Amino acid sequence: MSFLGFPRPDGQVGVRNHIAIISTVICANDVTLKIAQQVEGAVAFLHDQGCCQTPIDLNQVTKTLVNLGKNPNLAGVLLLSLGCESVLVEEIRERIAASGKPVKTLSIQQIGGMLPAVAEGSRITQEMVIKASTIRRETFDDSHLIIGVKCGASDTTSGLISNPAAGAAFDLLYDHGGTCVFGETTEFLGAEHILMRRAATPEVKKKIGEIVTRMEQRAKMMGVDMRGGQPTTGNIKGGLTTIEEKSLGAIVKGGTKSIQGVYEYGDKVTKKGLYIVDSPGREPEFLTGIAAAGVQIIIFSTGIGAPQGFPFVPVLKITGNPKTEKYLPDHIDKFIKLPEEGENTIAQAGEEIYQEIKAIASGKKTKAEVLGYGQFSNIFTVGPVI
Amino acid sequence: MIKKRAIVINSKDNVATALDDLKAGEVIQEEVDSLKKNIKLNQDIPFGHKFSLKEIPSASPVIKYGEVIGTASELIKVGDYVHVHNLKSNRGRGDIK
Repeated sequence: MSFLGFPRPDGQVGVRNHIAIISTVICANDVTLKIAQQVEGAVAFLHDQGCCQTPIDLNQVTKTLVNLGKNPNLAGVLLLSLGCESVLVEEIRERIAASGKPVKTLSIQQIGGMLPAVAEGSRITQEMVIKASTIRRETFDDSHLIIGVKCGASDTTSGLISNPAAGAAFDLLYDHGGTCVFGETTEFLGAEHILMRRAATPEVKKKIGEIVTRMEQRAKMMGVDMRGGQPTTGNIKGGLTTIEEKSLGAIVKGGTKSIQGVYEYGDKVTKKGLYIVDSPGREPEFLTGIAAAGVQIIIFSTGIGAPQGFPFVPVLKITGNPKTEKYLPDHIDKFIKLPEEGENTIAQAGEEIYQEIKAIASGKKTKAEVLGYGQFSNIFTVGPVI
Repeated sequence: MIKKRAIVINSKDNVATALDDLKAGEVIQEEVDSLKKNIKLNQDIPFGHKFSLKEIPSASPVIKYGEVIGTASELIKVGDYVHVHNLKSNRGRGDIK
């Protein structure tokens, strides 16, 4: 069982061969986007962070930017800086460059403003794209796959159909020696006891309990019932009444295998097996978190219809809601039908998703990727803007 | 084969999930405590939403997937629509000290 991927100097395998222009601070987003619009083969990573935050968050932003830069789908990176931000751009460059891929930096203040920055940034990335275009796909076995899963704009069908189908695909990848990553800690609330039973060690079990308590405390600090925020207004419209109900349907997307470890947000997953990355449920922050974890592809299970992808990680959108399949055909890659009695369509759907993952890994494009939906990301932070 | 109108995920559940837009007065046959029962719906139940299989007293747990998904905030009768108006979450409740 194999796929065709791009070899990277550090031994990782990419399924795409992008050059990323990574904005190091919110103030550099405009220039970053302009360069990505100019240079075919380059993608922009934009976010709202990088300055006027407590050191805890600055460290989290730094770590996340470093590990995004190390994502195997990137052949090279241009760090686009304003020049006076709090995150240390040179440190980020050095840490990404340790992976062996080309990394350059460009400061808007140093080069003399937006127009020369767009021109110079376009020249740098143009050269990187041309060099990257000579890298050829090679055959790798399935154990080189690192796949993430997400559910978004969930409704009742998510827990009944598309999440279990995604979980079945995860189980197959686990059995083939690959790496599976899930998260969305908020959506463990009320279902954490089931995940804790699946922990590979007592330490992992304890850590799952800790990240759930921490996330719940953050929500409770606001002094209100979090319903409306989680589950969202859309979840409620889709039939999900409480976070417990949403969680019980959400955790099945992580499959049924034993959980080997829990990583903090922004960390890179470096081992094989099934892992949790502590993360919130909202798309821009979550997708960034698992892209930093190093996933090559994300299975995205939706109920009502979440359209977005991610700038350099293909997102496979699946739904079990026949109305969503009908009304949002431009955004749904795969529809999974509700099993009739006696049918085992979930297992079959899991196999089909697994094959689709391999096709995408070898170069097949997803709908969000072709439409370029998903340009606006963010990084999860816990403290105030100061 | 007749398309199922609703689904009960676990035999411990006291709610079922509509697999179509169901109308008030419609009778749904479901297995409750190993017995086939006819449940007459008291309200419209939209696709993906829940109705009660049993009488659930106020302050009692509501069960789906065989697990507690929250607490009834009022008496829920058999065939009642179960949603945010009569089912409260036990988690993330910063409003409760």
